[in-house]
Amino acid sequence: MSDTALKDKPQHAGFLKNNLREYGMLISLFAIMIFFEVVTNGTLMRPLNLTNLVLQNSYIVIMALGMLLVIVTGHIDLSVGSVAGFIGAVAAVLMVKFDVHYIPATVICLALGGLIGAAQGYWVAYFKIPSFIVTLAGMLVFKGLALAILAGQSVGPFPPTFQKLSSGFIPELGPETSGLYPTSLAVGALLALAMVWLNFRGRARQEAHHVETEPYGFFVAKNVALFGVITYFAYLIASHRGMPNVLIIMTALIALYAFVTTRTTIGRQIYAVGGNEKAAKLSGIKTERLTFLTFVNMGVLAALAGLVFAARLNTATPKAGLGFELDVIAACFIGGASAYGGVGRVGGAVIGALIMGVMNNGMSILGIGIDYQQVIKGLVLLGAVCLDVYNQRRA
Amino acid sequence: MNALLEMQGISKHFAGVKALSDVTFAVRPGEIHALVGENGAGKSTLMKVLSGVYPHGSYEGAIVFDGEERRFSDISASEALGIIIIHQELALVPLLSIAENIFIANPPGRFGIIDRGAVHRRTKELLAKVGLDESPDTLVTNIGVGKQQLVEIAKALSKKVRLLILDEPTASLSEKDSAALLDLLLEFKAQGIASILISHKLNEVSKVADRITVLRDGRAVDTLDCDDGAVEEDRIIAKMVDRDLEHRYPKRQPTIGEPIFKVSNWSAYHPLHSDRQVIKNVDFEVRRGEIVGIAGLMGAGRTEFAMSIFGRAWGQKISGRAEMEGREVDLSTVRRAIDAGLAYVTEDRKHLGLLLAEDIRKNVTLANLPAIAPGRIIDDMKELRVASDYRGRMHIRCHSVFQETGKLSGGNQQKVVLSKWLFTDPKVLILDEPTRGIDVGAKYEIYCIINELADAGKGVVVISSEMPELLGICDRICVMNEGAFVGEFPGAEASQEKIMRAIMRKGEQRPMEALA
Repeated sequence: MSDTALKDKPQHAGFLKNNLREYGMLISLFAIMIFFEVVTNGTLMRPLNLTNLVLQNSYIVIMALGMLLVIVTGHIDLSVGSVAGFIGAVAAVLMVKFDVHYIPATVICLALGGLIGAAQGYWVAYFKIPSFIVTLAGMLVFKGLALAILAGQSVGPFPPTFQKLSSGFIPELGPETSGLYPTSLAVGALLALAMVWLNFRGRARQEAHHVETEPYGFFVAKNVALFGVITYFAYLIASHRGMPNVLIIMTALIALYAFVTTRTTIGRQIYAVGGNEKAAKLSGIKTERLTFLTFVNMGVLAALAGLVFAARLNTATPKAGLGFELDVIAACFIGGASAYGGVGRVGGAVIGALIMGVMNNGMSILGIGIDYQQVIKGLVLLGAVCLDVYNQRRA
Repeated sequence: MNALLEMQGISKHFAGVKALSDVTFAVRPGEIHALVGENGAGKSTLMKVLSGVYPHGSYEGAIVFDGEERRFSDISASEALGIIIIHQELALVPLLSIAENIFIANPPGRFGIIDRGAVHRRTKELLAKVGLDESPDTLVTNIGVGKQQLVEIAKALSKKVRLLILDEPTASLSEKDSAALLDLLLEFKAQGIASILISHKLNEVSKVADRITVLRDGRAVDTLDCDDGAVEEDRIIAKMVDRDLEHRYPKRQPTIGEPIFKVSNWSAYHPLHSDRQVIKNVDFEVRRGEIVGIAGLMGAGRTEFAMSIFGRAWGQKISGRAEMEGREVDLSTVRRAIDAGLAYVTEDRKHLGLLLAEDIRKNVTLANLPAIAPGRIIDDMKELRVASDYRGRMHIRCHSVFQETGKLSGGNQQKVVLSKWLFTDPKVLILDEPTRGIDVGAKYEIYCIINELADAGKGVVVISSEMPELLGICDRICVMNEGAFVGEFPGAEASQEKIMRAIMRKGEQRPMEALA
């Protein structure tokens, strides 16, 4: 009986409808990219611009991973921009003023980020002070502290090896051929292959257990498209200067967080806390500790983003990190996270960050001023969330 | 005499559950009409139909008020005619003053500017009418529940009242406040205001009511006229009780073993008011293979007792000794309670039991993730097998285990919650109102599951406000009132009358306790 119970497959026509929400974000991203590719006469997808796009948005993506978890537990962190700026300042002071080697300096900075997250998470999780207020306070505190330790001035430059965190590219093993970096291309192709392989393995497992699967034709088409798109982007990136180091870090983090959120007990518990904190607590989940840990995690990722940003600018400035929190939070909500908690995917947050990034980049190429860029971004955020709410009501 | 209100042939369904069927109910001008019945008999639903909470079209039947058929689209439509309902949960804003609460919807004044003098004056008049001696400027949060109830009534009086509906008005009041409130009803009666009084306290009902309508399982069983002489409580209880228990509860031959779980000298205090002892040095035990019922009125402390045991999920300053299989166990957190072999199935599955936006599968495994996640990584296929297994065993009706639990019927949701707790492999299960809000067929299935659990050697504790249910399935029934056990009966000897008397006896002692 339970065997047949698992097999009840939905209609294929209904399949696309049911999963439209899942793929809707991805389709929007591609639509926006194609739109800007056309109106910028092909500038958007030029290898140089694409590499810039990655570098410009890496720190937003990194923070969006942490912010997603915070939002899923039903909270918010407004302090991430200030924390990133503050950590960049600490890194600069350590490395430039005190000549600390970049490895211990990085470790100190990440630990400090964790500590900041813990300090804020403590009030939110154990004292039940609204996260909005705690992190608003944190935002002011760390913005001020960054200004204080930099004494209002820019500090730089960083040691060259540290700069490589953001501006470096992976070493090329083979000979360079006509401006193409084969190692980078190979890394991209391998990544694409690995994803396709994982998809096929997952499907085989599901079929072995008689779980309903998506239509085979659709599945194959999806994987062909996935492989094609990733290798194509790898090719574009490889024809400029190769894979940026930060892209590797970012990809690894995305994979890690996607795995943690979907496949581990701690991920499952985080969603349970956001979905229904009381029920989670009565199921033996340590809700306070999980909330606390999501803030610690957010602190570490904000610190990492701060380091990446500082390395990219090659200096720490008192203005670094200004307004980052808005882009990061917008990325999560555009990516389908619910403001009420319990809902949101890592993939969605990454796509949300990329949508923001492509729009920033595309509009800058078009010469739209920063004034109207913000207007448009604001409207896109509102539109995306309205669409999501509309879809949920209809369902 | 022409009726003020006639409700004719009212039926109301909720997603497959029949809450009211063909109820006919009439109120004469200036009478106090009591509506009694067990929890879930349909009293509140009937009143929500009357007041327009469930608008015309969502029920069958007709409402005739003042000789005309009425089709209320919302509460304001019924209020306009003078039908005012005061709910069990008071709808006052705690941080506003008495005067502001009374005139919250319709303050006197012009051009949107409130005439504070008029508010003050009229509030004083209204408070005098209900006999409440408080300043109109006192914040509602600073007065007791009894006085808040009076403020609600004053608020009702600020509108034109023809029919006042009071839903369990004395449930949280002291003896003295209750008496004052009932006197007030009699006074309104003298002024020609009719009232409908919903109450569990039969002694109060028989004191003030002119007529008593008994609801049972969504039907109006009888209307008793008090003019024919005093109606005995036992007669009302007999009407409330469904005698035919034979077919509603599955048969079982209990094999009861040694005590498996025991608490002694257990006490707990209110989480907000640290000087209010809610659970008063209670002893309790359940044996292997035994189904123990805990009976009591709402607010008797049953849920609070269960939750304070289950990882101190309710209350503060909790003390007492707990033993599982003869060894003392630490129940200080929910996790420890689960590990000790305890499971608590909540009375409020939507707010405390389920992740409504998640599917059945994730809900079933939530309390025992390690069992499907070796090394903390979830084996999704194993999880699926577990969920499908429970789906089959518990007969959870759904498209697949990937269905959102929020979209299941009440009975199936309850089975998901039960599955979740069975998957933790508990030794003792505490089921709090396990059949609340689910239909008769699903109830029978739940009873079968409870029987199976007991037969498998687990200790089962059932908290229920439906006495027939306890009588039908329990081997032993403990009666709780005001945070202490006031009676205990073997299942075969218990009856609703005995349980009710145990509760009432305790209630009658209360004034003496207050003196002591």
